[in-house]
Amino acid sequence: MDKMPAWADAILVPLISLLLAAILSALVIIGIGEDPIAAVKLMVSGALGSTYGWGYTLYYATNFIFTGLAVAVAFHASLFNIGGEGQATLGGLGVAIICLALPWPHWSLALLAAIGFSALFGAMWALIPAYLQAKRGSHIVITTIMFNFIAAALLNYVLVNVMRPVGSMDPASARFSEAVHIPTLHELLAPIGIEFSKAAPANVSLLVALLACFLVWLLIWRTRLGYQIRAFGKSESAAKYAGINPVRITVIAMLISGGLAGLMAINNVMGEAERLVLNATEGAGFIGIAVALMGRNHPFGILLAAILFGFLYQGGAELALWTSIPRELIVVIQALVILFTGALDNMVRIPLEKLFVRFRRSSAGGSSR
Amino acid sequence: MDLLTIVQILDSTLRLATPLLLACLAGLFSERAGIFDIGLEGKMLAAAFFSAATAAITGSVWLGLLAGIASSILLSLLHGLASITFRGNQLISGVAINFLAAGMTVLIAQDWFSQGGRTPSLIGRGRFEQITLPFADAVESTPIIGPIYAELLSGHTILVYVSLLAVPLTWWILFRTRFGLRLRAVGEAPEAVDTAGVSVVGLRYAAVMICGVLCGIAGAYLATGLQAGFVKDMTAGRGYIALAALIFAKWRPWYALYACLLFGFLQAIALRYQNIDLGVFVIPVQVMDALPYILTVVILAGFVGKAIPPRAGGEAYVKER
Repeated sequence: MDKMPAWADAILVPLISLLLAAILSALVIIGIGEDPIAAVKLMVSGALGSTYGWGYTLYYATNFIFTGLAVAVAFHASLFNIGGEGQATLGGLGVAIICLALPWPHWSLALLAAIGFSALFGAMWALIPAYLQAKRGSHIVITTIMFNFIAAALLNYVLVNVMRPVGSMDPASARFSEAVHIPTLHELLAPIGIEFSKAAPANVSLLVALLACFLVWLLIWRTRLGYQIRAFGKSESAAKYAGINPVRITVIAMLISGGLAGLMAINNVMGEAERLVLNATEGAGFIGIAVALMGRNHPFGILLAAILFGFLYQGGAELALWTSIPRELIVVIQALVILFTGALDNMVRIPLEKLFVRFRRSSAGGSSR
Repeated sequence: MDLLTIVQILDSTLRLATPLLLACLAGLFSERAGIFDIGLEGKMLAAAFFSAATAAITGSVWLGLLAGIASSILLSLLHGLASITFRGNQLISGVAINFLAAGMTVLIAQDWFSQGGRTPSLIGRGRFEQITLPFADAVESTPIIGPIYAELLSGHTILVYVSLLAVPLTWWILFRTRFGLRLRAVGEAPEAVDTAGVSVVGLRYAAVMICGVLCGIAGAYLATGLQAGFVKDMTAGRGYIALAALIFAKWRPWYALYACLLFGFLQAIALRYQNIDLGVFVIPVQVMDALPYILTVVILAGFVGKAIPPRAGGEAYVKER
């Protein structure tokens, strides 16, 4: 018998963890002499109070959906992919190369090509760590961390020495042409009569991200491959016994994971910056870890968690603008979410399980009399 | 390239290798006891801030060192709580600690000093002074030996010598004491240690605490020895390079020294030369930046000897009933 009903495991545990993280964050805000309630009000009005705020919230959320899904797919195979940052960086390189290489006639074609190239570059960056894990037993956490640093150095080299336009001092690629400009939410919603902020960067990539959520759900819970990934993640020896090839599953899971992380580039490189700059990913690869943990590795949970983190990001920027609270508050909140929903999960789960067992025993005892 | 240039590069190698070495030995204790620690970076960063902040406020670098060590131990205890007591995922706990330190240091720095997330520059007794070894001035003019002794070996802060001494000490503790034997055993076969009646939890907490102390010294050295004050994200990936060095050294103290000197040398080269022109082709500076990580991946891949981590590493110990 399960110790706890499924709904408690899926909803109650993360909610309590989130509450603990929120309480601690509030204490931190009090600690630096600010009012947490006023801070939350400012964050809500800044991130959700206007279509401008929503545009930024959804823009960040789009990044986090991709990186969160990337971490989650790897988690299902019991692989911890910390390399989302590097894979998203390479995805950006792929997008920049394809956008600058050809004279695209229409944005839709360019977007399709960019989706392909970003996913391909991200997947390729995950391939070597995946292969080394599967074939040579090199720990994937360490290799993906190393690949993040190698990716940063590679991007630095490419931007400074190869892609920088002649005469420019800025380590960045040339600006993409007007033709590959993908529509923002403003441009998408205006024809159907909805007013949306012109300045906000949220764009059509959001729809791609939602589609990716659905496809990942389909893959993990509705296909043979997804079943194999989950079986491998639950027990490698049992999966082997059932005829599942561990090398194949490790490599495929990591390729999908890296591809999803790479896809983020259609949002931040193609949709927002419209050129490739240094540190374009801004840590979104790492936030994917928090998002996946909080979303319990389920695409729907990831969607909600990504929007929450998008809200925190945009709200945090507003806080930094109007109060003396630095943007780093968001990093602290992110750390607390990872800590409580990830590392200290048992601290919430074990007492809750005991509570449920006791509750059930007493109710069972009551009915037998 | 003349002798003086070589000596200067080696001198800066030693300086840059010191924080790597301390953090690497910290990770060695933790991982030998079966607790993976990717939170070295965060612990160093926290220690760097609290040592610099305390030194700036009190004017005493020694109080700064203590504060740095204390903050690092606090994060170690958090790691222990998550990974030993609550048997959580050690890697996720490490990631959380890194972010916690990255955010909190800037938040507190801004609150205390209002200088954009940094501490005031440390002067005078707020920093570790450079120690001149005996006769350094007298022998400086002697050819070859003079500059090596006076420039390379003399004139470092005390923490550099402490880190060098920590290598034989670590070796002695791990391989010549009962505590060290048990600590290594708990990382290989915790059930055997438990059967022998020794507390697995106690040993692992001890290892994690030692890791905290060493990371604390590493961070304090960064902010009060190598540089004069704390700036945002000043560890700049050193915790991860130390982790790489640990794997490179295959979890052995003397090899850790060599690995850290090698990676320190790469950093020294990258700092001194932007691009290295070999005549035939030019090595860009980014290659130097990436080399420690590339070398680690090669080592991990097992092409140059296989790096085998402690067997029970990363797994929480559950007592049999």
